[in-house]
Amino acid sequence: MRPEAVAAMLPFLSESFANPSGGHRAARAAKTALEEAREVVAGALGAAPGEVVFTAGGTEADNLGIEGAGRAARAAGLGDGIVTCAFEHKAVLAACDRLEREGFRVQRVPATRGGLVDLDALAEALDAGTVVVSVMLVNNEVGTIQPLDRLADLVDDRAPNAVLHTDAVQAVPWLDVATAAARARLVSVSAHKFGGPKGTGALVVRGGVALQPLLEGGGQERDLRAGTVNVGGAVAMAAALRLTTERRSVEVSQVARLRVRLLDGLADAIDGLFENGDPAHKVAGSCHVGIPGIEAEMLLVALDQAGLCAAAGSSCSSGATEPSHVLAAMGLPRADAISSIRLSLGFASTDADVDAALEMVPAAIGNLRRAGAATR
Amino acid sequence: MNVLVAMSGGVDSSVAVALLLDAGHEVTGVTLRLWGGETDSGCCSVADVEDARRVAGQLGVPHYVFNLSDEFEEAVVEPYAAAYARGSTPNPCVECNRSIKFGELLTRADALGFDALATGHHARVLRGDDGTLRLRRGVDAAKDQSYVLYMLGQRELSRTMLPIGEITKFEVRAHAARLGLRTATKPESMDVCFVRREDRRDFVDARTQPRPGPLVDTTGRVLAEHAGVAGFTVGQRRGLGIALGAPRYVVGVDAPSATVTVGTQADLACDRLVVRDLCWTAAPPPSDRSLEVQTRAHGATGVGWIDGDVVRLREPMARVAAGQVVALYDGDLLVGGGLAA
Repeated sequence: MRPEAVAAMLPFLSESFANPSGGHRAARAAKTALEEAREVVAGALGAAPGEVVFTAGGTEADNLGIEGAGRAARAAGLGDGIVTCAFEHKAVLAACDRLEREGFRVQRVPATRGGLVDLDALAEALDAGTVVVSVMLVNNEVGTIQPLDRLADLVDDRAPNAVLHTDAVQAVPWLDVATAAARARLVSVSAHKFGGPKGTGALVVRGGVALQPLLEGGGQERDLRAGTVNVGGAVAMAAALRLTTERRSVEVSQVARLRVRLLDGLADAIDGLFENGDPAHKVAGSCHVGIPGIEAEMLLVALDQAGLCAAAGSSCSSGATEPSHVLAAMGLPRADAISSIRLSLGFASTDADVDAALEMVPAAIGNLRRAGAATR
Repeated sequence: MNVLVAMSGGVDSSVAVALLLDAGHEVTGVTLRLWGGETDSGCCSVADVEDARRVAGQLGVPHYVFNLSDEFEEAVVEPYAAAYARGSTPNPCVECNRSIKFGELLTRADALGFDALATGHHARVLRGDDGTLRLRRGVDAAKDQSYVLYMLGQRELSRTMLPIGEITKFEVRAHAARLGLRTATKPESMDVCFVRREDRRDFVDARTQPRPGPLVDTTGRVLAEHAGVAGFTVGQRRGLGIALGAPRYVVGVDAPSATVTVGTQADLACDRLVVRDLCWTAAPPPSDRSLEVQTRAHGATGVGWIDGDVVRLREPMARVAAGQVVALYDGDLLVGGGLAA
């Protein structure tokens, strides 16, 4: 977390413990803090304060946006079509799966080899009965920025009843989401992706999109999300988002420079290294590469032993790496997919980190290649 | 030494980690993800992965998960179904030890620079005066698992540590309880991890083409029809679908003709076992050496001599279903074994 976000949160874990929905003085202070946080988040995401619904993270925001809008639209007789992309985050795919079990028509269009949603396939999938279209702003594994404006044109053109939802969870550190997702009426974000606390997120609900809530009870968050609001989380998210927005241009150019160093260095040192995702459409922090003949699962252990954290695919709750559904949706052959790893750079990354990675990664690969030759 | 411990999520491998740490080794835990289907049970399920991770965290050792489900499907599950369809009775835990734990995992341990691989098996690795490595029964005779490790040769044993074989199961549980490990009172896994015993038939049928055939007595007289040979194992008494008054056992399964033969307990007796794919821990034993012959994980053993690929028995034993392990011991040292032909 950003230290400023931690500092902003701490009072709400100790002296300012009041429930913002209460009527007394302490409650009013909490309510004020919550609404100020809402204004900051709204401003950074290009929405009105009344359009921000605080959630317990990106997954809930995705679930609420897709399921809530889908069910409300079907109840209003607008249709039952859901269109998404096969490389979406599991929080989106699982919400679509659930709607499918409820009888919705769900279409999952493929991605291109470069990691962009296949717009031709998407256009084919849209029709007058489509009620929700969900395509992420930045892919969480390969870091590709999706053509949301062109996609919004297609939706306007072919599916006038549809609400466009975008999972912008990965986008916030790198893009001005207020502009980049201006045409999405539902936008999900998650605080821990930009230096805020885990378990806090928000769904932007623009222009009064009708939503059926997932959680019902005390009517908080304008009846869209019942439950006592996590004031400390919201305040910390706002603090982190404010800093992220202020520093974005500086941090992005700094990270972009580090990534060039990292990628060039790895390409020089490792035979056959390839990059996943079209570099022309990537955010600055994404370094997703494949090393032929090396199993990512093995490389990750070797790197962890050397003190470097990397990832492959997405981790399920048991910690086993699953073959990446994102790379599969991009049409990457299985052998290349299981040889791919993700080295993410962020605002806290330094030249020393890149130096360490440039030393450890080629060394680990060298060891594995030598051992492979010896045991085979 | 730098030791990789295969942690199943059970109490034995949990305590193996603790014992190796006590002995001053550098320890890393790994749990294998072998099967993710709906029939996930026994060892290595997702809940077991979580148990292993928690124990590793408690003992302060790094823990990783390897997804070897493709290798497991190819080396264990598919051959398991195929063996039943052939009229054999496979032992998938043995194939997992051979191909997965002491195959792929050992290769991975080597590649990652570990000096040894440890498991929670109740058996002991013993180094002889001449440097030859032997596998010895575990201290706890009732829990001995050397039988399912009969395939380990010098290459594997030289990189294998089995700390649990040195203590009894009671001591294992007591040690786990002392350390406050969450696996201390965890029940032992009894079933095959990818299919429950009662679902085995459906599982095999779904992967093979079951063919009906006759159930005959030892004279060839047809007693009934059966739905497929995969439902039968030599020695089986229950579930034959016939009532004959006296107890009847399966005494033969012939897949090519889909014929299952039943007979009396006397018909099961045999004085020799034909063994395929025999392998020896070290040098093969001399043919005049009398060996203990073990054909089940637990229970009575026999005595015999090796003669090529045949084990000649001193006293008749119950016939062994094709595909089951025949392990041979000299005293409490394993000398080798193979699969009943």
